[in-house]
Amino acid sequence: MGKTLLEKVWDLHTVRTLPTGQTQLFIGLHLVHEVTSPQAFDALRIRGWNVAFPERTFATVDHIVPTRERKRPFLDVMAEDMMAALERNCREFGVPLWNLGDERQGIVHVIGPETGLTQPGLTIACGDSHTSTHGAFGAIALGIGTSQVRDVLATQCLAIEPLRVRRIRVNGGLPRGVYAKDVILAIIRRLGVRGGVGYAYEYAGDTVGRMSMDERMTMCNMSIEGGARVGYVNPDETTFRFLEGRRFAPAGDAFDAARAWWSSLASDPDARYDDDVELNAAALTPVVTWGTNPGQSVGVDESIPVPDEAPEAERPGLKDALDYMGFKPGQGVEGVKIDVAFIGSCTNARLSDLREAARIVRGRRVAPHVKALVVPGSASVLHAAEREGLDEVFREAGFDWREAGCSMCLGMNPDKLEGRQVCASSSNRNFKGRQGSPTGRTLLMSPAMVAAAALAGEVVDVREIVQ
Amino acid sequence: MIEATHRIASVEGTALPLRGDDIDTDRIIPARYLRTITFEGMEHHVFEDDRRTSAHPFDDPRFQGARILLVNGNFGCGSSREHAPQALRDWGIRGIVAGSFAEIFFGNCITIGIPCLAADLADIDWLQRAIGRSPQEPVVLDVAKGEVRFGDRVIRARIPDGARSQLVTGGWNGTAVLLEAGAAIESTARKLPYLTGF
Repeated sequence: MGKTLLEKVWDLHTVRTLPTGQTQLFIGLHLVHEVTSPQAFDALRIRGWNVAFPERTFATVDHIVPTRERKRPFLDVMAEDMMAALERNCREFGVPLWNLGDERQGIVHVIGPETGLTQPGLTIACGDSHTSTHGAFGAIALGIGTSQVRDVLATQCLAIEPLRVRRIRVNGGLPRGVYAKDVILAIIRRLGVRGGVGYAYEYAGDTVGRMSMDERMTMCNMSIEGGARVGYVNPDETTFRFLEGRRFAPAGDAFDAARAWWSSLASDPDARYDDDVELNAAALTPVVTWGTNPGQSVGVDESIPVPDEAPEAERPGLKDALDYMGFKPGQGVEGVKIDVAFIGSCTNARLSDLREAARIVRGRRVAPHVKALVVPGSASVLHAAEREGLDEVFREAGFDWREAGCSMCLGMNPDKLEGRQVCASSSNRNFKGRQGSPTGRTLLMSPAMVAAAALAGEVVDVREIVQ
Repeated sequence: MIEATHRIASVEGTALPLRGDDIDTDRIIPARYLRTITFEGMEHHVFEDDRRTSAHPFDDPRFQGARILLVNGNFGCGSSREHAPQALRDWGIRGIVAGSFAEIFFGNCITIGIPCLAADLADIDWLQRAIGRSPQEPVVLDVAKGEVRFGDRVIRARIPDGARSQLVTGGWNGTAVLLEAGAAIESTARKLPYLTGF
């Protein structure tokens, strides 16, 4: 009987079985940021513990950093405190910090892959739920809380229960105007926001096989929105080509050896899965969320559900979401007026996302009532985009062009919705209040759809624009 | 952050029913309160935005002093912020019964000593109604036995064996347990091709 990638990587990293029956799992790469780490470093300090593997620990700043005025000290005293704490902790514990001004600064899930730190076969942990992103490389990447950040800092290990594996095979050609974001939103719509609890999602099939690493990252990123803590794609030539030549990737003979090892980690053809699901990519349309969780979505040409037609158990949730969003049962999503357009976040702020959005925006103008911003995922993405002139394309259309950070995904920095604003957003969560206004409203969609909505001032079908 | 670890075989106290599926950690503690380097004071902001917009069980005088939270499906989904269970605990919650839990939230709760038991949704619904009628009646959340007791009703409730064992043996605040592996950590690292240059 063959094994899945998850089983192989898990076995390799198992230190021992704990008396509780859980696995003590070695973590090959620990990524640290300013929000979930200060209390963990304090715990080490109190106990007199060191960081066990500082050479496998890397820090950056992303959640709280302003994307416009970055002069220190920050205007936000609390944000400045957090920056200072991370700088002090990294200095004291010998952890490299990719700070503001460093070419490697950016959203933690963008910089791991682009520096080549993220590789197949690693176990990766980070105090952030979107750590699942790194699974795109065939790594097992786990989002953790602060006490577990403390555990990993002090021991490079986690105590964890084994996961089951659900294979999701996506086959068929993606129609024009339909992207990886639409595929993952469609998966979450079908399997639900809790369908993945207890599972790792293995994304397979010819559609995924043809996807770029950026697209695979978008898929894996939102695994957690479907309840799956881990999502991954088996490593292949696309993975290897992406890694070759990157700063932390092996080079020369070591690269060839690594490639052989990486290939051996892919799930065996006769591996056993706990569940198997298939999705036809060719039948997909651009997806837009209408509600307050990422599973509450429809195709752009569909109408919002009518609670009274839904199974009884789902009605209260649907009604609550409709009420919050201010939508009528059965209305279409196309034509919903927007106030803000946000292109950014660990889901969709990579160079290919910006290129695709720019292709739609080029030579056109943002609707007068819309505030539109583009926030590259990292300093490196920002500079690459500027070298191609994408910043000019966006600026000329009326977008703000900002510096790298989490920005308006989560309401922890100056970029926030105000009041009941409706935001077309390329981010990952449409939770109540998520984008910083307690009554703000988020419509999740692909970056191309956000770009199209910014121009029209309302939700439109991007398929009518892209050629 | 570091508490003396102790055995948690059961939690007893009055309960607070909070209805709704898929309650995410952004709602439990809005992100603006994560702009801090400690967990102090989180309890003042628990469910703050929900409580501003509608009558909320956390403000209901009948449920003040509750130690057990009764919630529905997929509680704690979304962000990995441990600030959420920290806020609930410092508000007074010592145990949670739900239809199901999001995985990262569940792990965060266990590691700060909040037992989380999953029960059938129909049982939760019954219990939420019963508590609504008799808010002063205590609930027992029995981690060791895997059951929730209210009056003479006994409800089956599930918790994974690992988490149960961590709680009942007092090993839930686990760094020390992991450190005990000692040289085995290094020897695991030495077998990994990416740490030895391939």
